Amino acid sequence: MRFKLAGLLIATSSLIAPAALADVYNLEIDQFERTVDGKTLTGVSINGTSPGPLLRLREGEDVTINVTNTLDVDTSLHWHGIILDAGMDGVPGISFDGIAPGETYTYNFTANQSGTYWYHGHSALQEQEGVFAPIIIEPAKPDPFEYDREHVIILADWLNDSPYKALANLKKRSNYYNYNRRTVFDLWRDWRNADRGEKTDVIQERLAWGRMRMDPTDIVDITGYSFLVNGETPEDNWSGLFEAGEKVRLRFINAAAMTYFDVKIPGLKMTVVQADGQNIEPVSVDEFPIAIAETFDVIVEPEAGQSYTIFAAAKDRSGYARGTLSETPGAEAAIPELGPRPELTMAAMGEGHASHGAMAESEAGGMDEMTMDMSGDAHRGHGEMLAMEHGPKVLSYDDLRALTPYTDRRAPDREVELRLTGNMERYFWSINDVKFGDAGPLEFNYGERVRITFKNETMMEHPMHLHGLWMDLVNGEGDMAPRKHTITIRPGETISADVTVDATGSWAFHCHILQHAATGMFRQVNVIGGVQ
Amino acid sequence: MKPKILIAGALAMATALPALAAEGDPVYNYTLIEADIAEIDDETVGAFDAQGWVGGDYNRFWWKAEGEFADGDFEDAEVQALYSRYISKFWDAQIGVRYDLEPKGETYGVIGLQGLAPYFFEVDAAAFVSSSGDVSARFEATGELLFTQRLILEPGIALDFYAEDDPSRQIGSGLATAEYSAQLRYEFTREFAPYVELAYEEAYGDTADFQRLETGSADDTVFKVGLRTMF
Repeated sequence: MRFKLAGLLIATSSLIAPAALADVYNLEIDQFERTVDGKTLTGVSINGTSPGPLLRLREGEDVTINVTNTLDVDTSLHWHGIILDAGMDGVPGISFDGIAPGETYTYNFTANQSGTYWYHGHSALQEQEGVFAPIIIEPAKPDPFEYDREHVIILADWLNDSPYKALANLKKRSNYYNYNRRTVFDLWRDWRNADRGEKTDVIQERLAWGRMRMDPTDIVDITGYSFLVNGETPEDNWSGLFEAGEKVRLRFINAAAMTYFDVKIPGLKMTVVQADGQNIEPVSVDEFPIAIAETFDVIVEPEAGQSYTIFAAAKDRSGYARGTLSETPGAEAAIPELGPRPELTMAAMGEGHASHGAMAESEAGGMDEMTMDMSGDAHRGHGEMLAMEHGPKVLSYDDLRALTPYTDRRAPDREVELRLTGNMERYFWSINDVKFGDAGPLEFNYGERVRITFKNETMMEHPMHLHGLWMDLVNGEGDMAPRKHTITIRPGETISADVTVDATGSWAFHCHILQHAATGMFRQVNVIGGVQ
Repeated sequence: MKPKILIAGALAMATALPALAAEGDPVYNYTLIEADIAEIDDETVGAFDAQGWVGGDYNRFWWKAEGEFADGDFEDAEVQALYSRYISKFWDAQIGVRYDLEPKGETYGVIGLQGLAPYFFEVDAAAFVSSSGDVSARFEATGELLFTQRLILEPGIALDFYAEDDPSRQIGSGLATAEYSAQLRYEFTREFAPYVELAYEEAYGDTADFQRLETGSADDTVFKVGLRTMF
């Protein structure tokens, strides 16, 4: 078996003729003890492991998945990015009632798509406790690119504490985990380093943040994570093998609870061929950012006799996930520097993302009027800074072009604006300033085409995931716009996506930073009309 | 009898919480306690200041307690039980009762505002009406200055105002007393933070006159050693 992943799965009918394209898979959700970086915690596993077993499906297959709950609380599994009937989507309270302790629930769906996806828990904070695993759906017709071998790279973050405890800590004190706040010595250093004429700017900038009651060092909510490749720490060094001359397909999945990664493999160009399981026009990059819940498939051509570090730096540079591509197990290659921790900077309204120096504050001083930027940030770009000739090429959303156009390219019938909002002080997150518990459902009409416009008014980037319906990213590529199940929106940024409302029923729509979803950045979408 | 009413009221508020916590607004809790000792006029004086809440993001039962004791006896002690309501991004409005156990038993109605002012000042402002109709007010604010991630200086100010003279309690109307403090704490963890604190207390107006008559001085500088804990 070429595709190494712990606990490969059980296809009970796999001995039956594969031509039937109908398999049954049995999964069990249970507690497990896990020791990571010397600390043992109780987590939640699928068939005893985290990540759980790879589900390898075939396009056109009628899939039956029996999920048994061995926990003493309700559970669920959601098939992330898979288009299926609303009742099979696996979100308790929206798609179904959840799976009670001791019960087995049978999911049935037809895999009408191909590519790299994943599945994960959608009950309480179980996904953060380990309930996630990859899905590969093999295409009915060969993929429009060549490769000789493939590896799944599922990135994760594992907290050295219970995620429930972490959330309670954030509710008590939202900067509980921030040990990178600015000190008086930082002020002194900045003052000393500033040019004569810019010293007052240093003070002005401090005052502006204070006036808004915001902290530029507030990059992540929680610290204390170990970053994992296929369940293994950097010390474990997950090993992916290749043979000389092979083209290797790497299927990256970001299954982290709270962590964005910047991925690179020093010494190798990566050709990105799929995003969120969808074929795109190949793009050659040195590095790509991967938001929580996104997937990117890349092709690499390693050279004989070489080993390569797969390096996924956590966005806040508090650590990295790492594995090694090599011809022999256990080989290692140099590990790059993490680089400095980013800080948010203030840019004047309308000045766009490139401006780091000048700071201006509007009269109102509110977020509405400000744009934030991650300094030294290699993300997305709208990317003049990043597209510069000599620097490394970093994938941006602007680079994503569908390989073949999708069928429905109608202009949207209407626009729904969703402001991404939150209250950092009290640690809750919301959409249009309303938490999920206080909000009614969004209503889409079956058959219409809706433009969703996300406006991020918070200081954090949010990966918004719509269940059941594709989002066509509006990135200037017109008919070749890529479609995604998860779209990330940076602080201060506005991004639109057009949605063909072609699936009836109720769907979840939420931020995939799991503590944000848990505290209110979540909506139910009801599709009115249509038949299943 | 009054303490009983207070406790009954607090219990009623606490039990009403599940109803107040809307769906999707689970209940969390928070407790912050500062306890310290100081040498004042050759006497060891202990003090504590504590508060906490139980509730969701919008509706909370908020309690506060503070007291001072010397020679094993409480000289001042009060407790407050408040309903706290989220009214804007950084602010809670609070309403409830306060009961003074020492120096003499007294019940007050409380209305207040607590939250985070621009420049990260924690502010707690409250007005009190005693059972005999005396009106008073208290304003407290603290800021934070980080020397390192764990060594933190917290300047503070606390002002007490009274609407009318009350010679029996040695209080004059207007601004009666002010405390200007600087606490330097080391946060070994968020939960465990020992501190030293320098506090300068000064009386104003008629209150100052009362104090001068009694002790010969209307101000005092106190050095405290204490422990701050949160959970």
